[in-house]
Amino acid sequence: MRPLLRVEGLAKNFPMRGFGAWLDAMRGRGSDVRAVDGVSFDIATGETLGLVGESGCGKSTVARCVLRLVEPTSGSVRLDATDVTSVDAAGLQRLRRSMQMVFQDPTAALNPRLSVRQMVEEPLRLHSDAPARERREKTDAMLVAVGLGLEFGDRYPHELSGGQKQRVNIARAMVTDPRFVVLDEPTSALDVSLRSRIILLLETLRETLGLSYLFISHDIATVKYLAHRVAVMYLGVIVELTDTRELFARPLHPYTKALLSAVPIPDPEAHRERLVLAGEVPSPIDVPAGCRLRGRCPFAQAVCAEPVSLREVAPDHFVACHLVAG
Amino acid sequence: MTDSALSAVSTRPKSRLPAMWNRLRRNPVTFGALTVIVVLALVAILAPVIAPFDPDATDPAVALEGPSWRNLLGTDVYGRDQLSRLIFAARLDLIVPCCATMAALVVGALIGALSGYRGGWMDQLIMRMVEAVLAFPALVLAMGLTAALGNSIGNIILTLAITQVPIYIRLIRGEMLRVREMEYAEAARAVGNPPWRIVLVHLLPNCIPPLIVQATLAMGFALLTMAALSFLGLGIRPPDSEWGEMTAEGANHMVTGEWWLFVFPGLAVMITVLAFNLVGDGLRDFLDPRMRGVR
Amino acid sequence: MSLLELSDLTVHFATDAGPVEAVHKVNLWVGAGEIMGLVGESGSGKTVTAFSILRLIRPPGRIVRGSIRLEGCDLLALSEEEMRRVRGARISLIPQNPRTALNPVITVGGQIARLFELHRGLPARAAWERGVEALDQVGVPEAPRRMRQYAHQLSGGTCQRVMIAMALASSPQLLIADEPTTGLDVSIAARILDLLRELGSRTGAAIILITHDLGVVAETCHRVSVMHAGQLVESASVRTLFQQPMHPYTRALVRSIPRIDREVALEPIPGSVPSLLNASPGCRYVTRCLDRLDICRQILPPLELIDPDHRVACHAVEASRAAVA
Repeated sequence: MRPLLRVEGLAKNFPMRGFGAWLDAMRGRGSDVRAVDGVSFDIATGETLGLVGESGCGKSTVARCVLRLVEPTSGSVRLDATDVTSVDAAGLQRLRRSMQMVFQDPTAALNPRLSVRQMVEEPLRLHSDAPARERREKTDAMLVAVGLGLEFGDRYPHELSGGQKQRVNIARAMVTDPRFVVLDEPTSALDVSLRSRIILLLETLRETLGLSYLFISHDIATVKYLAHRVAVMYLGVIVELTDTRELFARPLHPYTKALLSAVPIPDPEAHRERLVLAGEVPSPIDVPAGCRLRGRCPFAQAVCAEPVSLREVAPDHFVACHLVAG
Repeated sequence: MTDSALSAVSTRPKSRLPAMWNRLRRNPVTFGALTVIVVLALVAILAPVIAPFDPDATDPAVALEGPSWRNLLGTDVYGRDQLSRLIFAARLDLIVPCCATMAALVVGALIGALSGYRGGWMDQLIMRMVEAVLAFPALVLAMGLTAALGNSIGNIILTLAITQVPIYIRLIRGEMLRVREMEYAEAARAVGNPPWRIVLVHLLPNCIPPLIVQATLAMGFALLTMAALSFLGLGIRPPDSEWGEMTAEGANHMVTGEWWLFVFPGLAVMITVLAFNLVGDGLRDFLDPRMRGVR
Repeated sequence: MSLLELSDLTVHFATDAGPVEAVHKVNLWVGAGEIMGLVGESGSGKTVTAFSILRLIRPPGRIVRGSIRLEGCDLLALSEEEMRRVRGARISLIPQNPRTALNPVITVGGQIARLFELHRGLPARAAWERGVEALDQVGVPEAPRRMRQYAHQLSGGTCQRVMIAMALASSPQLLIADEPTTGLDVSIAARILDLLRELGSRTGAAIILITHDLGVVAETCHRVSVMHAGQLVESASVRTLFQQPMHPYTRALVRSIPRIDREVALEPIPGSVPSLLNASPGCRYVTRCLDRLDICRQILPPLELIDPDHRVACHAVEASRAAVA
């Protein structure tokens, strides 16, 4: 069956400008920020793909490229039969109905001057010809579906709590019955005790509305609850991609192992092997040749200077590492 | 640090009006200035009812008489009652700056929004033009424009508007640069808004607060410019009365001692401009912390 | 005697609508050299409590009642002058946003060195050397180069290390770390916590670690105090708290967090944090509590000692203990 979303070879360069960048180019040093450097994945209908990684790995850029909020430098994105990357402006406008995004900072993502109802109704106004009454009904239904009473419709963002604001964000993204929603760190700005509610809400909505999610997060525990499959990103590329359960039970890439071992566990008796990577994440301007983890990986060998790509080393378990046997 | 403690108090403000009224009462200066402006507006509107005499009625018998019970602010060389003339002049002195400011505001906001949102060469071009206009001292520019355009009321409004437009363009452009980076701008795009809608519906309304403050301050300045133009003989022509023009006329009588001919019109200008300025200052404080709900 | 003892601490914030009771009769102990986790959601009053210790609460906030004893001496009774000698010298703060806490126009080295000049009375050159040493001790690589850099040139993790170095400059007895890992990547956060643990044991300073992350608490702290809506609900050693949480809120909190070590369903905490405006005089968890009794709304449950080093403020818990006894 054809996947709902197919991303192939997605890349995004941000060229550096200014005198310093010109000097660097003269010196033969790379002058582009290679935020995303060749990323490919599929998402099936009704599936949630988790995309994890630390800051600077490019996951937010991937999200924006998939929705074409940022123009990718190369690669393709297909939503069903349509090629998102090559469609024209009018077509893109129409496509927006089917692919939406829930933003990270609930406060910044809401226009302080518009009421909740105005914001949730707007996508309907833009994408459907339905009369006002129908739009209003759909808006109300959506507010209820995300757990907000109808009285919230007339409120303004500054009158809402963080959790309520995020629900408005979610309502706005789902009101047009999209097929595919990008969740960009939807719980990171929320209090720990609120996260579980939003997670459960997102899961319920996925089931009832038949959605597919691309769930971006640096909160690995949350990803474990929502995602069917997980992709781990580092410095612009995917280093491991597999089923969620498999990833947590048998992480294969050294970066994944290091990442998982660093997540704090609320159990003082739990003792784990911590895998610590040396140094810090290098700048995405000066990407090391070959395996990107090379300078920091405790297992690095000579072969790691060779370029590496995702290989299927076990059924549906892809790793980009020379040292993991297929 | 205190924000999270206070934001846990997610209260619904009962209604905005009583809260606003309270804050206004606590700020006597702003309150006073606002009252002055309201009174002036009423005076201008009710001029035919309030004025004791017809402002154009001449009465040579009582010419050049100081303040008396009959003519509270004295009479001019033609015997016209000064108080009535001042009252009727209030109309022009309030309408012209207001119209000029509104016009400048609308045009300036639109151009500034375009410039700030699009950026690129258009932005650069507009900014250079703005800077060119701003290089002229406002009064000199106004003088030049009235000389070129003529001094009918419409042209005076146009002149005053032109001197103000660059300020608003710069102001809105600055706000637009800030606001277009906000996540809700990106969200508006993600939802499928075309660019013009993003600017008009989402971004521009969020650029307005500093605009309002600037506009109230600018109205005072426009009034001063208009009065200065009239004083120099370039502004409103008789028989339309206008405070600046009255002051100019009155200045001719400084030596002969008919002080009431220039003091009162001058005071009128001063009080009005001061009132506008104080309201502007008060608005600045008023608009921002209101969001917090904490005193 | 504990190093730090808070008794009956109550802090109010004045607003247009009335006083917001951000902290309500909080009792807390911190022993010398131990790491105490202060846990709660936002609005729980944990940051306000910590800032009260440093007397950094400014109008419209006010410490209404209570005492804060540092080695027996009540900090609330000191003059501002005397308190200034305590702040930064005996009690240090590691603030929440390390990058914004640093002055953007002064070099990092300039800021650290200044602290050494102030607290140790060292001349400029010696202070700079000590600064380099301090950065070394907190694990900042290439310390001499970093000293000459500005805040915006440093990564989040490095900024945090700089703040920790600055906090330790005066060899304080107590460090207050306000959400030291929020906003940091997981692996960087882990290393910061390692650093805090190590420094705590090396210098003998006690640490109050403010956080909402129970995982951080489990891995780093010796003891934990849980706060809800301005009230302290449970206080215990880390092992005891996680093995036998007694207060309904603590138990609900543990069940509501996603975790990677177990397969358990997520159970969100019912209800929401009550308004701190005109809050109830009794237990503030009453609107969300599944075990509530009639008495809970009216009367504040006292902090009772259940086991050695396990204190709970809950009528329901008391009632069930009495029933067993």
